[in-house]
Amino acid sequence: MNMIAEKKIAAIPDFSNSPHIDHVGVEERASRFTKRSIKAETKLNGLKLTLNMIDLTTLEGKDTDGKVKQLCYKAQHLHDSYPGLPTVAAVCVYPSMVGVAKKSLEGSGINVASVATAFPSGQASRDVKIRDVKFAVNNGADEVDMVISRGKFLQGEYNFVFDEIAAVKEACGSARLKVILETGELVTYDKVRRASDIAMYAGADFIKTSTGKISPAATMPVTLVMLEAIRDFYYKTGKMIAMKPAGGISKSKAALHYLVMLKEILGDAWMNNHWFRFGASSLANDVLMQLEKERTGVYQSANYFSVD
Amino acid sequence: MAKARKNSTVKLTFDTLQYAPAPESKSIAKIDTQYDLFINGKFEKPLSKKYFDTINPATEEKLSSVADANVADVDKAVQAARVAQDKIWSKMPAKERGKYIYRIARMIQERAREFSVIETLDGGKPIRESRDIDIPLAANHFFYYAGWADKLQYAFPNTNPKPLGVAGQIIPWNFPLLMAAWKIAPALATGNTVVLKPAETTPLTALKLAEIIQESDLPPGVVNIITGAGATGAAIVNHADINKIAFTGSTEVGKIIQRAVAGTNKKLTLELGGKAANIIFEDAAIDQAVEGVINGIFFNQGHVCCAGSRLFVQESVYPIVMQKLKDRIATLIVGDPMDKNTDVGAINSKQQLETIHKYINIGKKEGANIFESNCVLPKKGFFCKPTLFMNVAQSSRIAQEEIFGPVLAIQTFRTDDEVIEKANNTPFGLSAGVWTDKGSKVFNLTSKLRAGVIWANTYNKFDPTSPFGGYKESGFGREGGLHGLSAYLNV
Repeated sequence: MNMIAEKKIAAIPDFSNSPHIDHVGVEERASRFTKRSIKAETKLNGLKLTLNMIDLTTLEGKDTDGKVKQLCYKAQHLHDSYPGLPTVAAVCVYPSMVGVAKKSLEGSGINVASVATAFPSGQASRDVKIRDVKFAVNNGADEVDMVISRGKFLQGEYNFVFDEIAAVKEACGSARLKVILETGELVTYDKVRRASDIAMYAGADFIKTSTGKISPAATMPVTLVMLEAIRDFYYKTGKMIAMKPAGGISKSKAALHYLVMLKEILGDAWMNNHWFRFGASSLANDVLMQLEKERTGVYQSANYFSVD
Repeated sequence: MAKARKNSTVKLTFDTLQYAPAPESKSIAKIDTQYDLFINGKFEKPLSKKYFDTINPATEEKLSSVADANVADVDKAVQAARVAQDKIWSKMPAKERGKYIYRIARMIQERAREFSVIETLDGGKPIRESRDIDIPLAANHFFYYAGWADKLQYAFPNTNPKPLGVAGQIIPWNFPLLMAAWKIAPALATGNTVVLKPAETTPLTALKLAEIIQESDLPPGVVNIITGAGATGAAIVNHADINKIAFTGSTEVGKIIQRAVAGTNKKLTLELGGKAANIIFEDAAIDQAVEGVINGIFFNQGHVCCAGSRLFVQESVYPIVMQKLKDRIATLIVGDPMDKNTDVGAINSKQQLETIHKYINIGKKEGANIFESNCVLPKKGFFCKPTLFMNVAQSSRIAQEEIFGPVLAIQTFRTDDEVIEKANNTPFGLSAGVWTDKGSKVFNLTSKLRAGVIWANTYNKFDPTSPFGGYKESGFGREGGLHGLSAYLNV
C-alpha cells in the first residue's frame, strides 16, 4: 500500500458510522487469497516467518509452573535437529504464570504475553480488570491481551468499551496492548469492523480476533475485515496497528494464506512479528512438520515433534 | 516506517514476497499440429485447402494450424446439419436428446483440466479463470439445458414448441468454450442442429469440444464446427438454408449481420458490445465495491462484453475509493497466464493490443489523468498494464467507445438522477453494477438503468439459469435460462 509520510491528527469518529461490510463480498475476497500458490523458496520463508510470528499459548485452568516452563523451553528450541530455525515471538499465559514464564525466557528475546481483564469472559468490574492487568505487567508481561466487554458493545455502549480499553492501555504502561474482540460473539462483520475501530482509536497496539475459547475463532474473512480496518486507520492517522488472528489456525497452509492476505492488504511493512502474530498452540508443530518435509522430501510421524 | 523488530532472528525474504513461479503443466494438453473441419461427425480436409495458424498470445509461439473454411465448406456443413435435423435430431424423443447433452457435459467435466490449459494457451486468459470459471460454467450450461430437453412443453405451457431447424452460430474469442456452450447447449436441447464457428484467434477448445462430441456418439451432423475468419462467418450468415443466426461479438459486425439477414426469414439474436457503468454510492461497503470494480474491469483482461468499463463514484467517497483502487492494482499480478498466481493474463491478439493502445493514447490526448500499474510486463507476448483514467468527461471517447481491455474510465457524480442519466447516456446497454448498502436505492437504480443485466453489490456473476443479453446497440435476444430456450423455438 502507499505509505503515508507523516502522522496525521484524526478526530475520534462516531463509531455507529463505521463502514459497512458486505458479507458476500468479503468472503469471496478472502477465499481469493487461498488461491495463491506458494512454492519453493517462498514457501520455506513463509513457514519460517510463521514460526517467528507465533504466540505460543497455553491458557488452561490446569496449567502449572512445570507446563509453562516446558512451553518456554520449546519456544526457544522449536526443533533443534533443524538448524537455523527462528524462535516464536512470544509465550502467552495467564497472569499467574507470567513470573514463571518471564524467568524461563530470560535473555531469549522472546516476549511474555499475558491475557488479562478477567479473560476470557471479561465479566468483572473495571477495578478488578485494571488490577489484573497491573499484576501481569508488574510480574514482567511485555504484552497484555485484554478482552472487550462484549455485552456492553452489543448493547451499543461504545463509550463504555472505548473508555475501558483506554483505561487498560494506561495500566499497561510500556507493555503493548492486544485487544481481543471475540469475533465469534460479535457475529456480524459490521460489528467486527466497528469493534476494531473502537479498539484502535482507544489505544490498542494490536487488534486480535478471539480468545480461542469461543467458536468460531479466527477466520480468513474476519481477519480480512480487521486488516482493512487497520488499513483505513493507517490512511487516516498514519499510525500502524498490529494484527493477531487467534484460535483455529492449526495448519501451515492456512497460516500461509493469512500471510498472503497480510501481504496483499497491508503490505511489506507489516510482514514481521512486530506487526503480525498468530495466536496458536498446535500450529508450530504443523509448520515444523512441513519444514522437515521440505528438507527431507518425506513427511515424518508426529512423534518426532515434541507436544509441549 | 516499521520499527525495528525486537526479536526477529531470521532474514525474511517473505518481506518482499514475490510468489515463486507456479506454472500449470502443459503436458496434459494434447494439441495436434493441424486441425480439419468437423463436419458430419468427421474431421474433414477443407475444400479451400487452406489453413491458418493459431498462436499463444503470451509467447507468440504457434500452437497449431486450423482449416480455413470457404463458402463450399460452409455449404457442406449446413447440408450435413440439415440432413441431421430432418432425419434424426427432430425425430428423436426429447429425453434421448437430453441424454446426449448430459453426456457432453460430463465429458467436459472429466477433461476440465485439459480444456483449462488449452483455453489459457490459446486465448491468454489466466489459468485460474479458465479453471475456476470458464470450463466449469461451460459444463454447467450443458447440464442445465440437458434438463430442459424433455420439458419444453412445461417451459412454454399451452404451446407446441418446435425447433427452428439449422442454427448458424458465430462466437467471439473472449470466452471460447463458454460461448460455444452458451450457443450449442440450448440449440440441441430444443431440437436444432448447428454449424458453429469459433473465433479465428481461439479455435482450439471448440475443436477439442468437437472431439468430445465425436466420442459422445452424437449423431453425425447435429453439431458441425468449422473454423475460419470473417469470410467464413459471412458465408454462414448468408447461407440460404440456415434458419437462425446467433452471434456474439462486436457491435460493428453485429450491424453487418443484421443488414445481411434483413429481408430473409432467418431468426437472429445478437449479443454485442458494452460500456457498462459501475456505480459506487457513498453508503456502499467500499472495500468490497473496490474489489467489484477490479473484478469488473480486469477480469479476463477486460475482454468482457459486460465489463464494468465506466466507473461512477459518488464524490464524497471519491478520494478513498481511488486510494484503495490504486493499492489494489499494485497487488494484481500481470504476466504468464499459465501461472496459477497470475491475475491478469495476455491480451488476446496483437491487433487487440493495438486497439487498446490506441484508446490509451486517445485518453491521454483528451486530457484525462492516467494511472498505470507499476507491474513489469513480460518482454514477449501481448500484455497491457491495468490502467485507470481519472477526470474523464462524459464526452470523451474513452467513456463512450468500447475498448475491450483493462482500461477503466472514472467519473464522479453527486445525485442519483445525475448518475442514472450519465449511465444511460451511451449507445450500449448490456450491463451495469450498483454498489450501495440501501435496498431501496438498488431497486430505484435497477428499474431505471437501461441495461440487460444489472448486478447489485457484486459484478460479473454468471449462471446458466440467468438470462443474459442487452438493450440498444448491445444487441437483442437472451441467452441462458428459459429465455435462452425461446431463441431457438417456434412457440
